[in-house]
Amino acid sequence: MKIERNYTLHINGKDHPVESDWLGENLLYVLREKLGIWGTKNACEQGECGSCSVFINGVMTCSCMELSASAVGTKITTVEGLAPHGELTDVQEEMLNAGAVQCGFCTPGLVVAVTDLLETNSTPSRLEVKEALAGNLCRCTGYGRIEDAVFRISEKRAREQ
Amino acid sequence: MTRSKKNGNKGIGNSLIRPDGKEKVMGSFEYSSDLYHEDMLWGATLRSPHPSAKIVNIDTSEAEIVDGVVAVLTSKDLPGKPTYGLIMADQPVLCSNFVRFQGDPVALVAAKDTETCRRALDKIKVKYKVLKPLTDPELSETAAPVHPSGNVVRKVPIRRGNPDASGDVVVEGVYEMGSQDQAFLGPESGLAVPANDGGIDLYVATQGLHQDHFQLPPCLNLPDEKVRVHLAGVGGAFGGREDWSVQGHACILALHTGRPVKMSYLRDESFQGHLHRHPAKMWFRHHARKSGELVKIEARILLDGGAYASTSGFVAANAARFACGPYRVPNLIVDATAVRTNNHPCGAMRGFGAVQACFAHESQMDKLAEALTMDPVKLRMANVLKTGDKLPTGQIVHVPAPVEECLAAACAFPMPAESADNQDNYGLPGGAGRTVDRSRIRRGVGYAVGYKNLAYAEGYDDDTCASCKLVDGKLEITSAAAEIGQGFVTVAKQIAYEVLGIEDIVLKQASTAIIGSAGSSAASRQTYMSGKAIKLACQNLADKLISICAETHGIAIDALSLVNGRIRSVNGTIDLELAMVTTDPIEAEAHYSHFQTKKMDEKTGQGDTDVSWIFAAHRVVVDVDIDLGLVRVVQITTGQDVGNALNPLSVVGQIEGGISQGLGLAVMEEVISEGGVVKNGSFTDYLIPTFADMPPVEITMIEQPEDGAPYGAKGVGETPSLSSTSAVVAAIRAATGLELPRAPIRAEDIALASRNSK
Repeated sequence: MKIERNYTLHINGKDHPVESDWLGENLLYVLREKLGIWGTKNACEQGECGSCSVFINGVMTCSCMELSASAVGTKITTVEGLAPHGELTDVQEEMLNAGAVQCGFCTPGLVVAVTDLLETNSTPSRLEVKEALAGNLCRCTGYGRIEDAVFRISEKRAREQ
Repeated sequence: MTRSKKNGNKGIGNSLIRPDGKEKVMGSFEYSSDLYHEDMLWGATLRSPHPSAKIVNIDTSEAEIVDGVVAVLTSKDLPGKPTYGLIMADQPVLCSNFVRFQGDPVALVAAKDTETCRRALDKIKVKYKVLKPLTDPELSETAAPVHPSGNVVRKVPIRRGNPDASGDVVVEGVYEMGSQDQAFLGPESGLAVPANDGGIDLYVATQGLHQDHFQLPPCLNLPDEKVRVHLAGVGGAFGGREDWSVQGHACILALHTGRPVKMSYLRDESFQGHLHRHPAKMWFRHHARKSGELVKIEARILLDGGAYASTSGFVAANAARFACGPYRVPNLIVDATAVRTNNHPCGAMRGFGAVQACFAHESQMDKLAEALTMDPVKLRMANVLKTGDKLPTGQIVHVPAPVEECLAAACAFPMPAESADNQDNYGLPGGAGRTVDRSRIRRGVGYAVGYKNLAYAEGYDDDTCASCKLVDGKLEITSAAAEIGQGFVTVAKQIAYEVLGIEDIVLKQASTAIIGSAGSSAASRQTYMSGKAIKLACQNLADKLISICAETHGIAIDALSLVNGRIRSVNGTIDLELAMVTTDPIEAEAHYSHFQTKKMDEKTGQGDTDVSWIFAAHRVVVDVDIDLGLVRVVQITTGQDVGNALNPLSVVGQIEGGISQGLGLAVMEEVISEGGVVKNGSFTDYLIPTFADMPPVEITMIEQPEDGAPYGAKGVGETPSLSSTSAVVAAIRAATGLELPRAPIRAEDIALASRNSK
């Protein structure tokens, strides 16, 4: 694939032209600093903390580890794209209600990760939750209320089916 | 926990959700690293690669000509005072002649973007004459000074009772604790914007706006009124935002270039750019009677403060005051010392000196229990501190001291079952590695109690203010208290609702431009201090409204009262919503200071130094793979002294979060330094607990309201960190039978020792 200096990314259902200064820019940097899509967070910028998680063609990815120019032609969904009309998804709603948010810096990444987990496993066990979310660091909560939120969502979805 | 809901579930005692929570789950909350300004430049810092060196020459000429670079500054370009510091101004804004730790700042760059900054930093040529660093704190007192102020930051002696007293049993130990990184997720960042008046507006993630502010005017050579510090969204703090990071540098670059400058550290710079928890070496000797009653404690504590002083002196004082633990100890000889080295500077972190001391005193209590063949819980219960007892400083405990209740509560939870696992050993030691041999797992149970002071100590005049304003039925609260994730914004609204019954409440963005100091969001003090100031401000507002109402209606003030957000007269003729009293905006302010504490006597450490204390107990159950040295924490139970839980869900969040940091310090977290060079400054190499590491936490809040505190609430921020580390270590010792005198415990400490003992 020939990579152009200037390119277009498809993010949250819209095309965004990107003027790159150099082709080494990662997707996290482009989302935040070039396009002003700030919801995706920059905690470690080396693929360890999960704060910058986005979906690329439905696959959860650390955007800091993704070359931005190579995401051309994909469908990118950030935390802002999960609830585009200002209404919260059930994941966001329960994270909020369960007390899973403190400083909140890890929260957008966790919203993405929990959304991903429950799409692939609608009734995870406690250990499955732990393994699935172990790539998302949180320093404030000790994870207890986040875990609680996951079960609340899972149970709520089961009731509503 | 059941509790009666009152005031339409909006007041204190209810688990309200965070007012900023919706923005946080949507990704629209603006953190300091999300700040943007038209025409802004990026700033970056060049830091010393050497822990100790003389700067021979700095050549910035090649950096200046990099396309997109606007400014390259060194110490000779500084506009004002060349040093700063929270307690003493001993830290160079930019180093001029010597660098004293790996990471000391040497030059600044402002450029059009981060990549250009990075390229420019690479082009700055600094010629160093490398010196031998002082890295062993035990040599510090006798070594050549690493700083003109000398190597001893503070020595804190405490003497009480009979120094020659002796008991039937004596146990002794030397303990060591490594340095911990606060590892907040939101990077250090801020935006400095030059103002039309020649001054500066700094938007920054911090714990204390006014303490950042007071250090700026001298360094910027600006009058105080031309400096304004505003709170930007804070992604966690835990003590690591007490001292400056980008504050001075961003302002200096902005004033120099005349353009807004944003700075934001990457994680590797974060490890260099904030101060860590002090590593400690601690020698303790306990004397007790056969009954278990403590007779005397001797302790010497050495804290490595690194190159600059920051709060090291107060950390040492805390380590000394809380060295004996929450026990009655009639005779003691305690010395704590904080020294300088060329290691990374250390300062505040959750628990502030008491965490290190707790590790030593609780290790000793277990050792004593073993020597006395006594149950470790019984030994603790036989010595627990109670209200009315004297502390090592001679101060009498005048507040609830539910040490016994905390420990009993932690012990009361049922023990967890043998490890059940539906996932092919994922839940056992080794986790995702699936390395476990079940026959080689040993279970252990450990206990620890701890305590520390609440709010500032040692004579500090803690003047905390808040104001509120009623406009069109809407209440606006102004406070400079920094919301750092702890939930102060939630509790502030709950308190205001409790007093005034008004639901429509907004908190103004905290700033030094609009109100006086609220102190720092540190020392577990914000609910206790600013919560109280907000309560008083709201009460003052209510009094004003009542007096206006009395005047309007020609009725005596004392015939009116405020009931559920309405002003009512005794005879029932007046029954008004607060908003209906007057159409004019009404404002009220309040200052709150706790009683004046005293300094510690310089020779004996005696004095009424503290405002109040917080107490905690933890019980930990672990499974240990004795061959590989891998630990799985199975369960943590805790009793915590909270006074009154104003927002129980927030308190649970503080407890679980504090415990996870305590667990980290016990088994994985250490800033590893070799020859003064940090070897693991990244989240790849510095591990913090993940979902997979955290066990279930069972909590009992001990609610014994403190007189004079807002609704009886004590602070809860540090309580869970005090003894959680010690309890995890105790459990691992119980599982392995090893002494394990050093935390964090590394796999090899267990695996190699187990092998050698076979």
